[in-house]
Formats: sequence, C-alpha cells, structure tokens
Amino acid sequence: MARPINLRIWRGNKNGGDFHTVTVDANEGEVVLDVIHRVQATQLPDLAVRWNCKAGKCGSCSMEINGKPRLACMTRMNTFAEGETITVTPLRAFPVIRDLVTDVSFNYKKAMEIPSYAPPANLKPGEARMEQIDVERSQEFRKCIECFLCQDTCHVIRDHEENKKSFAGPRFFIRIAELDMHPLDTLRNRKRTAQESHGLGMCNITKCCTEVCPEHIRITDNAIIPMKERVVDVKYDPVRWLGSKIRKREDIS
Amino acid sequence: MAGVHAEHRAHIQERTLRTDRWWLQPAATVFVLVSFIIYATFRAFENKHYFVEKGELISPFYSPCLSDACVEGTQLFGTLGPSSLWGFAISPALLILIFPLGFRLTCYYYRKAYYRSFWQSPPACAVAEPHKKYTGETKQPLILQNGHRWFFYAGLVFNAILTYDAFLAFHGPDGGFGMSVGTLVLLANATLLWLYSLSCHTCRHTVGGRLRHFSKHPLRYKLWTRISILNHHHANFAWVSLFGVAFADLYIRLVSTGAITNYFFF
Repeated sequence: MARPINLRIWRGNKNGGDFHTVTVDANEGEVVLDVIHRVQATQLPDLAVRWNCKAGKCGSCSMEINGKPRLACMTRMNTFAEGETITVTPLRAFPVIRDLVTDVSFNYKKAMEIPSYAPPANLKPGEARMEQIDVERSQEFRKCIECFLCQDTCHVIRDHEENKKSFAGPRFFIRIAELDMHPLDTLRNRKRTAQESHGLGMCNITKCCTEVCPEHIRITDNAIIPMKERVVDVKYDPVRWLGSKIRKREDIS
Repeated sequence: MAGVHAEHRAHIQERTLRTDRWWLQPAATVFVLVSFIIYATFRAFENKHYFVEKGELISPFYSPCLSDACVEGTQLFGTLGPSSLWGFAISPALLILIFPLGFRLTCYYYRKAYYRSFWQSPPACAVAEPHKKYTGETKQPLILQNGHRWFFYAGLVFNAILTYDAFLAFHGPDGGFGMSVGTLVLLANATLLWLYSLSCHTCRHTVGGRLRHFSKHPLRYKLWTRISILNHHHANFAWVSLFGVAFADLYIRLVSTGAITNYFFF
C-alpha cells in the first residue's frame, strides 16, 4: 500500500544550491532510489542522480540519506518512521557536479598511485598456484564495489580537504593490504610506502569506514590495523628490525 | 573553508544532517571512562585497603606489590621501588599502573573510543569534527601509539601475576585450601583480562598476522583463526574487563574496610 512521504532533496551545483522538499508516494518494499526515481518521473524531471544496477553491486547510487553515507538502492523505505522527512544529499567529501551527483575522480587518481600486483618474474601465465587459505584473507577485500562510501565518511579527508593529497583513504588501504598479504606478490616496500606515501599513519582507526561499508568488509580490523602492525614491524619495532637484518629478510613467508 | 564546507562541495551549512542520537555513544564513553579514571586515581593514591589477609585477596590495582611499604603478605616478587620520594609517600600502585594503563591507552579499540568521545575526531561518523588541522598518528605524541605491542607484552606478564593471585585466593577461613566469593571475583577478573589481551589486534598479528603463507604454518594459522574469532569481540572484552578490574578492586576495598563480609564456600 502506498504512503506519502516527505523527501528533502539537495539540488544545486558547485556554485550553490538548496533543499527542495517534495511529497511523494512510497510503495511497500521500495527503497530510497525507487522514490527518487518517482520524484524524477513525476515532479523534478531534471533531477540528477547516478545509478546503475539497483542491486547494491555497482556502487553508483552512493549518497547521504539523513546524513549517513548510504547506497540509495539498499536503503529500504520501511526503515523510516511514519511522517519522517527524509533528507537526501550528495556525498559531502567530494566536489558536487549537480544535485546528487558528485565528482569521485579523486579516488581514481589515488588508485593509480598504488603499485599493482607484482608476480615473480619467472612466473608464466597460468602457472600461478596458491592455497585457498593463503588467499582467503585478501578475498574479503575483493568484495569492494567501489561505492566510495568509506572514502566519503573518513574524517581525514571529509573534514580536511588539505589531506587529500597525502591520504589514500580506506578503500585503498584495503587494496594495499590485499597486495601485501598476497602470497605471490614480490613488491617488498608496500608497508613503508603505505605509511610514507599513502598516509596510513593519518588514520586514527575510528572505524567509520567499516560502519558504512555496504559489503560489510571489516576494513579497520582486517586491513588497516593489520597494515599498521606490519608498518610497526618494519619502522617502529627495533627488535623486529634487528631480526630482519640478521635474517636478511623483511617478510615472513 | 575546510572540510564539508570546502570549495566545490555541496553548499550545506549543517555540520551534520544525521537525525539519530549520534551523540549518545560518545557521551556514554566519556561518562564511563571519566568515572573509571576518577575511581582508579583515588584508589591508586589511597594506598590502603588493598589486601585482605583472611583469604589472601589482593586488589588488581596493587598487584604485583613492589614497594617497601607494601603490607605484609603482598610482596610476592620482592621490592623494586621506594616507599617515599622527597618525603612524599608513594603508593605501590603508582609503580605498576603505567603498564595496564599504557596497554589500554594504546589499544586500537580504546583509541577509537577516546578519539571519538574526548577528542571528537570525529565525534561520530559523518559528523564534522571541530578541529582545523589534522595529522593523525603521524607526529609526536600520537606516533607513540605504535608502541602498543610493548604494552601488550607487559600486559601478559600482569595477566600471569593476576592469575597467580587468583589461585592464591583459594583459601578457606582457617587458612587452608578453600574458596570464597573473593576467589571467584579474582578468577573472573583474571579470565576477563586474558580474554581482553588474547583478543587484542597485536596478539592476532603476533600469532599469525604477519604471515603471507598460512599453508606453511598450519599451527599458527589455526591459532590465528581462533584469535580472530576473539578479536571480533575485542570491544566487548575491553569494556567488560575494565568493569571487572574496578569491581575486583572495589570488592576487596569493601571487604578490607569491613563494609561487607567475604563469604567462604568452604
């Protein structure tokens, strides 16, 4: 059964904007994206919104719903109270293009700064062999759909624009962790560069990235903190440092 | 203007548009931690009522008791520190509390808790923080958080000592083998501290986190998976063990002052 709901949508561009409140019907089983599409179809035909799969797998419809970074296609309407006004805004950590669409190219630049997987030089295509238990830690990180909600909520860049040049953000810390834990990756300085170039030390592990991840990746516990501990191994632990000099290796196989 | 009001971002004046009670968790954290700090400071300086001879119960705040001034029966590991400095009496608790305090202060969970609640960096997710500048844990003094593992190792020694204290508390009213409520309190305290330490992220890393090939280290892998399960509940263990320590100390204080009687089962 349809019920009327009040939707407060931010509309504008980089030069300015404001909230527009509309009343629209929401049907049983619908999500916020459905309702936004109804607003687009019936009241605001020029409303800009980015979307694609409507199944929580493409990461396109990232926005902030009642101030929380969420996927619009995965936010059910029945989670809101009767008569509640739902506020919808674009992601507030990135430049706005128009209405609910933001420019997330910052993330693509950061992705390019991470050195890619480096297999052993003598490994020919099709020859890579790994045990399942050696790769399952990294597989959790492969669930990432690149919605960039973690990047949006991370206060290091959300609240400090100036940190964007020196901080890669949680999405890329899981990428670095994935590669550093990869059994066949040969690049040995990922820990140092994570700290010195990608700003791992800026993270104060307040876990907002984990809280907003729609794929429920335990970003902080399984990627960021393990990477911080690995950085301690190579940079801040004199005993480990001495051991690595004696045994002539940085990593434990 | 920095942060959510930076140039080219959506022009929204509000610091946050969250409609839930996001302030409740940081406020509760401040209340609990401040209450604990006040109580622990009072007890650390009180320098009495930390040992109950009948039943051999010693407060976790004062164990190991390493000062010359420790009451008889508590100096199980000899003495290291003086009982006074420049004429001022030093409580034995002050000689040791730096280790458990440092362990909790640098703990990854507590860092989240106090960065959010005390430093408001950020107070809650998607709520703008009040600070103009942010460098995280890259500079002094916060770079010292990287020393967490040293406090973890020290914490293990303390856990072993407090477990030993719990076994020493298996005494009856006549001094022979027995058990009292105090025994259970110390045993529960030691158990909770072990759970807190074993679920620690550093413990998880030490056991197997730095391995690249779990398949070559099956025993460490098995341990790592078990500790990972505990690690999932680290925040709960952090709180419960904090309450456990405070309760164990309070119980011993109340028995020592005569406010309550330590009931002996046998």
